[in-house]
Amino acid sequence: MIEIDDLTKVYDGTTVVDNVSLKVDEGEIAVIVGTSGSGKTTLLRMINRLIEPTAGRVRLNGLDTRDTPPYELRRRIGYAIQANGLFPHRTVAQNIGTVPQLLGWQRSKIDSRVDELLSLFQLEPGQFRNRMPAELSGGQQQRVGVARALAAAPKVLLMDEPYGALDPIIRAKAQDDLLTIQKQFKTTVVLVTHDMEEAIRLGDRIAVMDQGKLLQYATPEEIIAHPATPFVDELIGTGERPFRLLSLSTVGEIAHQGEAEGEPVAAAMSLRDAYAECLWSRRQTLPVADPSGTIIGMVTLRDLEQRAARPA
Amino acid sequence: MKHILGPGIRLAVLALLVAFLVTPESFAGWLAPLTKPGQPAIYMQNSLLDLAVSHIEIVLAATIASTIVAVGLAILVTRPSGREFLPLSRSLANIGQTFPPVAVLAIAVPLLGFGTQPTLIALFLYGLLPIFENALTGLTTLPPDVTDAALGVGMTGRQRLVQVELPLALPVILAGIRLSVVVSVATATIGSTVAAHTLGEVIIAGLTTDNTAWVLQGGLIVAVVAVLIYDGLSAIERAITARRSGRTQTT
Repeated sequence: MIEIDDLTKVYDGTTVVDNVSLKVDEGEIAVIVGTSGSGKTTLLRMINRLIEPTAGRVRLNGLDTRDTPPYELRRRIGYAIQANGLFPHRTVAQNIGTVPQLLGWQRSKIDSRVDELLSLFQLEPGQFRNRMPAELSGGQQQRVGVARALAAAPKVLLMDEPYGALDPIIRAKAQDDLLTIQKQFKTTVVLVTHDMEEAIRLGDRIAVMDQGKLLQYATPEEIIAHPATPFVDELIGTGERPFRLLSLSTVGEIAHQGEAEGEPVAAAMSLRDAYAECLWSRRQTLPVADPSGTIIGMVTLRDLEQRAARPA
Repeated sequence: MKHILGPGIRLAVLALLVAFLVTPESFAGWLAPLTKPGQPAIYMQNSLLDLAVSHIEIVLAATIASTIVAVGLAILVTRPSGREFLPLSRSLANIGQTFPPVAVLAIAVPLLGFGTQPTLIALFLYGLLPIFENALTGLTTLPPDVTDAALGVGMTGRQRLVQVELPLALPVILAGIRLSVVVSVATATIGSTVAAHTLGEVIIAGLTTDNTAWVLQGGLIVAVVAVLIYDGLSAIERAITARRSGRTQTT
């Protein structure tokens, strides 16, 4: 659990982060979203003391971060950044093994952990272990960067625009991977992005920041339905609201009894994609299939429209 | 850094140099046309091999000392605690470079006497600046993402220096050492004027006795040694850079 209390950072008389308080529960993903200069990265970097706050405090599982030397604190907190910051002079395995090595793990334990993580990120260990970062594609580098951040199994993972440099298809894949891995390890994640779509997709809670101030900290549903300020509304995009709302649930969650015509859709499909499918194939109803292909029910265009409307 | 020699030519030149140093007499015929009647074609007062070895030893000793001091200084002034000394150290190294080596010899001889020591000191001072400047460049132009990651994973200051900053700056530091060595190989010749045991002896003897063959052989040996060292160090730099960019093949 991360508790941020009245955190403030002032640079030369300019307040970059202004009295921000928020709490991230264990195993949750909190996404800090804002435009550039909103203070979101500064806020993130104060959690692992890459930046020392001017005022306020951060507690990890109840312990004030100031009571631990910064380098020890950072070894317990995973840290992944946009361009991934891999060490160009070290192999993929050495990069991933950085924190375990700093913590003085046994050689064999580091090796098996590295292989485990490579497999987890769908990088064949035999093929990738001894490659240099420059020999990887952007998406592979990004995965190695996150693998390095997770190497010592930190309880908390900080990510600073981790997917900013990836193309949309690889980004979507990387986001799915993060959700899978985060569920598996129950890691508490704080992620910074300027992309509201990414925030809604990943966040259990979203913190919207502007000019150093925390405007709203709430679940995606709440942010979309009841934006605290016109700025939050603008960031969501007025015309996007119904679709953002639809993107939060899957057809599996709302499927009900009934017979429908045509090609079934997967239970894991978002309502947004199902809505698009209805429009595209001129259907009023869609059969829903589970991963094995068995039809488990159907959704109707009316169901989708109701879910897209502003919640009461 | 460009190749100047292919691997084949490099070996051939090295073999030729060694052959000349070990059995200079066998090359006498080539150099004889440059001598006046009655002059010996090959310098025999001291063995050319001994002179070359001593020449290289002096350069090596001076360069090692310059490297330790210059890199050490560059590390000190790029640490948070030493940053205020950055301008001062830069001007000191600059002064070392502005001083002509001959002037250093002239000042050092009355203090240290004739021999190798004044030459060592001149070369040491002269070698500082290129290494210092390059080490400084290497340590201050590290990719910010990488230094940020080094902090973020929880490395201490020393770990960042040893595991990340120095290895990344290494090619640039090596380039500085290479410049410094090549300048020192040339400059060491003037050490002979204060009785240091270097190849300058051959050139000076040639100049004073009007023997072009001696001037040429002294000059050529110095030049070939400089070129080979330059080339060898460039090859090491290339190998490091190639490893990083993932190309395992090296020349």
